Amino acid sequence: MKRLCALALLLFSLGVNAQAIKIGELNSYKVFPAFLEPYRKGMELALEEINRAGGVNGRKLELVSRDDGGNPGDAVRVAEELISRENVALLTGTFASNVGLAVSNLAAQRKIVFIAAEPLTDKIVWENGNRYTFRLRASTYMQTAMLIPEAVKLKKVRWAIVYPNYEYGQSATASFKKLLAKAQPGVQFVAEQAPPLGKIDAGAVVQALIDAKPDAIFSSLFAADLQKFVREGNLRGLFKTTVVFNLLGGEPEYLDPLKEETPEGWWVTGYPWSEIKTPAHQKFLDAYRRKWNDYPRLGSVVGYAAIYSAANAIRKAGSTDTEKLVAALMGLEMDTPFGPIVYRAHDHQSTMGAYVGQLAARGGKGTMVNWRFADGANFLPPFDEVRALRKE
Amino acid sequence: MSYTSVLIQFLNGLASASSLFLVAAGLSLIFGVTRIVNFAHGSLYMLGMYLAVWLAERVGFWGAVPLAALIVAVAGSAAEIAVLRRIYNAPELLQLLATFALLLVFKDATLWAWGPEDLLGPRAPGFTGAVEIAGAAFPQYDLLLIALGPLVLVFLQLILSRTRWGILVRAATQDREMASALGVNQRRLFTGVFALGALLAGLGGALEIPREPANLAVDLSVISDAFVVVVVGGLGSIPGAFLAALLIAEIKAFCIGLGLSKATLVMEFLVMAVVLVARPWGLLGRIPAQARGSGAADQPLAPPSPRLLRIFAVLAAVLALIPIASGGYTLVLLTDMLIFALFAASLHFIMGPGGLYSFGHAAYFGLGAYAAGILFLQHKLPMELALALAPIAAGIGALVFGWFCVRLSGVYSAMLTLAFAQIAWSVAFQWDALTGGSNGLVGIWPAPWLASKTSFYLLTLLVCGLGIAFLWRAIHSPFGYALRASRDSPLRADAIGIDVRATQWAAFAIAGLAAGVSGALYAFSKGSISPDAMGIQRSVDGLVMVMLGGIHTLSGPVWGAALFTWLQDAAARNIDYWRAVVGVVILGLVVAVPQGLGALVQGRR
Repeated sequence: MKRLCALALLLFSLGVNAQAIKIGELNSYKVFPAFLEPYRKGMELALEEINRAGGVNGRKLELVSRDDGGNPGDAVRVAEELISRENVALLTGTFASNVGLAVSNLAAQRKIVFIAAEPLTDKIVWENGNRYTFRLRASTYMQTAMLIPEAVKLKKVRWAIVYPNYEYGQSATASFKKLLAKAQPGVQFVAEQAPPLGKIDAGAVVQALIDAKPDAIFSSLFAADLQKFVREGNLRGLFKTTVVFNLLGGEPEYLDPLKEETPEGWWVTGYPWSEIKTPAHQKFLDAYRRKWNDYPRLGSVVGYAAIYSAANAIRKAGSTDTEKLVAALMGLEMDTPFGPIVYRAHDHQSTMGAYVGQLAARGGKGTMVNWRFADGANFLPPFDEVRALRKE
Repeated sequence: MSYTSVLIQFLNGLASASSLFLVAAGLSLIFGVTRIVNFAHGSLYMLGMYLAVWLAERVGFWGAVPLAALIVAVAGSAAEIAVLRRIYNAPELLQLLATFALLLVFKDATLWAWGPEDLLGPRAPGFTGAVEIAGAAFPQYDLLLIALGPLVLVFLQLILSRTRWGILVRAATQDREMASALGVNQRRLFTGVFALGALLAGLGGALEIPREPANLAVDLSVISDAFVVVVVGGLGSIPGAFLAALLIAEIKAFCIGLGLSKATLVMEFLVMAVVLVARPWGLLGRIPAQARGSGAADQPLAPPSPRLLRIFAVLAAVLALIPIASGGYTLVLLTDMLIFALFAASLHFIMGPGGLYSFGHAAYFGLGAYAAGILFLQHKLPMELALALAPIAAGIGALVFGWFCVRLSGVYSAMLTLAFAQIAWSVAFQWDALTGGSNGLVGIWPAPWLASKTSFYLLTLLVCGLGIAFLWRAIHSPFGYALRASRDSPLRADAIGIDVRATQWAAFAIAGLAAGVSGALYAFSKGSISPDAMGIQRSVDGLVMVMLGGIHTLSGPVWGAALFTWLQDAAARNIDYWRAVVGVVILGLVVAVPQGLGALVQGRR
């Protein structure tokens, strides 16, 4: 009876508790499921942790998650729904850069905070940056810059480049050429292959690269394109004589399917989840495995940190007022499984880093070796360069 | 390119051609006999891939390939018996809607069964390495594929020329009605052809797994390639499909070899456009026999009854009053519905009364949207002026493309519209300076006095309402009668002095103009525009709306657009596997009301 009373009391107290704070989230769950299913699990873990610890400012957090259909038009409609029907405190999510930019622009129009979780495009914080948009993940530019020190050390002269033909691949290529040419004068770019996203004709591309006789290759392929490229390259001996740098190649989402096909010695950015021993990561890893009975992918970390970013911003602002949230997010310092990050005040980019290392096949599985953590703060251009890009 | 690389790229092209041919051959067979534009063919291919990867772990690769192909054949015939058989007598192209729904269901079923991660299959035992050819390493497995393509071609030719069943298939391909009149059991023939086509798709998918991981995006990318191959080769022609696969694969391989990889984005569509303009029935296709029966069954479109007009007047008034009762998201959703209603009505204008199928109507939607964005952002025109001028760009685009398209007929014409749409799409995708490339243009917002949701909604209601009214009025004007006469009997229309091509061309331009209006409104309602707005998906959405509403009704497409937009929105919001739900609902509607939603409204007249 006593227990029952306690339960009733608890239920009652939950009932009178202030209304939950809603966080609006939208993403292309059906278009990029390999990344976004783990991402959703990461978000739900963060949400559970935050609410178990009593929520934010005495209120529970509620996640209102939507499929954005993978195109900007539908995404904007979904975001409108989150804003006007669900009255969310802020928006987060999105994957592809065109969707991210469209939602970011809507956020500026409707004056609501948008924490872009995954889009990598540099433009979302620079050329098209606005007051209301913040970005969590290390951008294309940052991740490319992280690979430059190793690329320079090798002193290779003839470089070939392969990239998926859209914003991400194009800007990775442009940044890589610019940064490498600056750090290593005299470098030559001997071939460039830009297959359509998801439709690489891998045999022909590999042969064309062999013809160019490069010393090294910079690739920003991922997902199915990467797997096709790796298998054809292995078969045709492209990688015997060349060193390859592959952006995102070490992310479990794209590395795990390679299994015994994993190419040895490639330099990649990624996430060696089984080897990171920092307390912050260990805590996340344990909690994630307990809840989902699965290991985290990079998407899990992004989803997890995105929800914490939202929660911390609301806590720091002490309210859900948009202007206060913007002020809170500028310069917000917080912890993530990858260590502490800061949302930089002048361009709204977080300093979340990435792991840089080499690929190796161990027991029929791909893994990262010789890795180090690259803090995002060290791979951003100087303030005045960024200020010139942002047209505010 | 050195001698070696020319040779290797040629071999690469041959290997790609073989795998392209396998999937295209099945599609061509199915279309030839049943006249079904089978959107789900790529899904059968994808299913073959997943099954093969899954089975390879259990029974080994070489056991997995035939097993996967057989299972896919069973699945394909099951879908044919359960769904398509019920609607062979429905208006043409309705089957397209059903197969589109099947595609949605297959996609979510695959996600549910195998999860989101890409599955890279094993290398084929016995063909795991490479052989040296002219000093370059070339995969053994690709040599096997090179041999396999022609083998399948010969095998199919033998079946078609030497067996009784094959003769029936060819007879039905040439003249379905006559074959039926001579007592050929259509049902069994159709199911058999569907099973064989599905078997080939499954085989193609299964054989591809040593080269490509099983992934959820493969269905759509394969289906568009296969359509192109089938049409370039000539519908129903198996050798033509082989030739077309060879042509396209070789051109792509050499583009890559010559460092022109960016051109591969639309190469197959460029090839298709050139081939269709030069040879209207494809490389080896024949002029199809005059279709009988399908046209005569349609009831002529009657002018809307006074009662229907009253209903629309009341509906417009109710819509205009909605902002009083409800704001916010309802208006956003209604704005989308209205824009797509105009888009669907414009597509219906060319497809229904015009009788010209368009698989690339998104081109004009996109041209209108991009023109609005470019005029507004780069030429700093006021929003009102940009909105008014933008549709002209779409109209001009339709004039140019339409000139070619009205010279073809049936699915060839439809595929040419798709080719032009894809070419326009790729220009938008690659012309960074003008269109913002893959990111598109952002910051296209209405003028301050129209910025609120209510006023933009009312503007959309006014513009779309007028646009739809204009299209409906045009259908019942002398021009509209001439257009319908041209559709129903080009010869007789010509004899009474109607310039058939000029009439259809003008209709094409009007439809493009109206689609451009909806595109421009869309750009300002979203604040941004990117290449997706003129991609294949948008064109398919338009077709779905028209077919759902009923192609032979006047108001159907408007209902179809409203229902489809609402359904997607509601399903995506509440259900994880929302695509499957949308697919099942469409399937249910197709079977229950094959004449479309518009028939329900008309039926009560």
